[in-house]
Amino acid sequence: MTELAIPGQAGAPAAESDLMVRAEQVHKSFGSIEVLKGIDLEVRPGEVACLLGPSGSGKSTFLRCINHLEKINAGRIWVDGELIGYRERGGKLHEMREKEVAAQRRSIGMVFQRFNLFPHKTALENVTEAPLLVRKEKRAEVRDRAAALLERVGLGDRLHSYPSQLSGGQQQRVAIARALAMQPKLMLFDEPTSALDPELVGEVLDVMKDLARDGMTMIVVTHEIGFAREVGDSLVFMDGGVVVERGNPREVIADPKHERTKAFLAKVL
Amino acid sequence: MAVLAVLAAMFIHLLVTNEAFNWSFMVDRMFRPPIIEGLLRGTVLMTVTAMVIGVTLGVVIAVMRLSENPILRGVAWLYTWFFRAVPRLVLLAVFGNIGILWSRIEFGVPFDTQLGQLFGIDNLQLRLFGFSSRDILTGFMAGLLGLALSEAAYMAEIVRAGIQSVDQGQTEAAQALGMSRGQLLRRVVLPQAMRVIIPPTGNETIAMLKDTSLLLYVPVSVELFFQLDAVGKRTFQIFPMYVAACLWYLFLTSILLVGQYFLERHFGKGYGTAGRARLRLRGMAAEAGGNPGEVKP
Repeated sequence: MTELAIPGQAGAPAAESDLMVRAEQVHKSFGSIEVLKGIDLEVRPGEVACLLGPSGSGKSTFLRCINHLEKINAGRIWVDGELIGYRERGGKLHEMREKEVAAQRRSIGMVFQRFNLFPHKTALENVTEAPLLVRKEKRAEVRDRAAALLERVGLGDRLHSYPSQLSGGQQQRVAIARALAMQPKLMLFDEPTSALDPELVGEVLDVMKDLARDGMTMIVVTHEIGFAREVGDSLVFMDGGVVVERGNPREVIADPKHERTKAFLAKVL
Repeated sequence: MAVLAVLAAMFIHLLVTNEAFNWSFMVDRMFRPPIIEGLLRGTVLMTVTAMVIGVTLGVVIAVMRLSENPILRGVAWLYTWFFRAVPRLVLLAVFGNIGILWSRIEFGVPFDTQLGQLFGIDNLQLRLFGFSSRDILTGFMAGLLGLALSEAAYMAEIVRAGIQSVDQGQTEAAQALGMSRGQLLRRVVLPQAMRVIIPPTGNETIAMLKDTSLLLYVPVSVELFFQLDAVGKRTFQIFPMYVAACLWYLFLTSILLVGQYFLERHFGKGYGTAGRARLRLRGMAAEAGGNPGEVKP
């Protein structure tokens, strides 16, 4: 897809090739309800971008558009310079075939609110499944890498446990290891701690902080203001399908400019 | 209790004293070689082959039915509609007599004679190979075709229900990892659907075993009920041979019931009553924003 050169824009602040994610006027409707009304986003490599906002603001939907789990109705999304889900031909967008979309998703990891581990496979098998099946890598190599990843998320002693034998926090850490096993260049987190007991939230956030320190590019939909303040490089506040406010997380949280941001932060802080 | 005992005693009295049962004749005939051969080929082998074809084709049709392609969806719907709407007995009679329609079945260029006439060639034949339908579509093959095609329609519905019972999040997780539709069906969705698919498939197998008796109407002569019925009619000992049929089918289905018990126990592992309660608990806890914590197996 090298022919998909990004149309140059005069006066664009950063060269597009320097961006890991670029979204331009993304629109999405479910039936007659428009949930995304033109979202723009730029994420540099190594950046941790936090998406904040009340339920129904469209932040999870937008995240799911980035790996084409949701089709978009208008706009464009590039990941590492590659147009996601569509091919541009003669100024028109054509949706890619399922195989091509699958190929694009391989370099984008995703972690879900409800973990979505494969219940019929052990922790180790959950992590090795995609590299073996999708990337056709050698079994021994994948196994070693998977064991190392599970070790890294603190589950080196639970390799052969089934998801039903693990706590929510442990399951989510397996899910992070599973996504990392595909060696993605971008990680998407969809409210990774919202289904967890308060005392289990910390262990998952610790793994994510570790990942951020390692330079992973991350887009995190979260309600964890503390995480956004501590780890986030940028914060995007969404409401009603539009971006209301964005900026440095510490500045926005300490001194929100917009009324809706103020109201939201007052409730969650 | 006493009433039941009296009724049971009366029933046994009837079995022993009524001459029409003719037990010694029945026992003498029900193990004869033609009957055993009919049992092995027409009943057991037919059940196994029809189920193998039915399940395989059923999975294909279920996947077609759930596909995004409207043509595949339509074909799958038409198939299940037809084969579920026509009674098996009628279907078997139709397949048994399909030779009336075509005496020879041939494969080649379609409409060859007509096309030949268009170009001025008389009686153009472009057939690659063919066979007489009397060789293929009678007896066993016709019966197998009827039972297997009909079974595929029922299995398709069972498999579809199984696939739809798997949480949508599983598909999304597999997609996010870059799996293709085929890969995620084979490795993620179908293994989990098995738990829902296995019990009704066991029932279908038992029903299929009993439905092989319908092959009488194809007709398939190497079959248990055909043979017992023939002996009964030849010897005018109709009732003893029907009792023999009952006993044989009771025996065979009992074996299958035992098999089904172990199969369900195997596929239900980790999902027992306790397991289900645990899953429900976790689901509720997750919805409430909490977690039941560490759960040991």
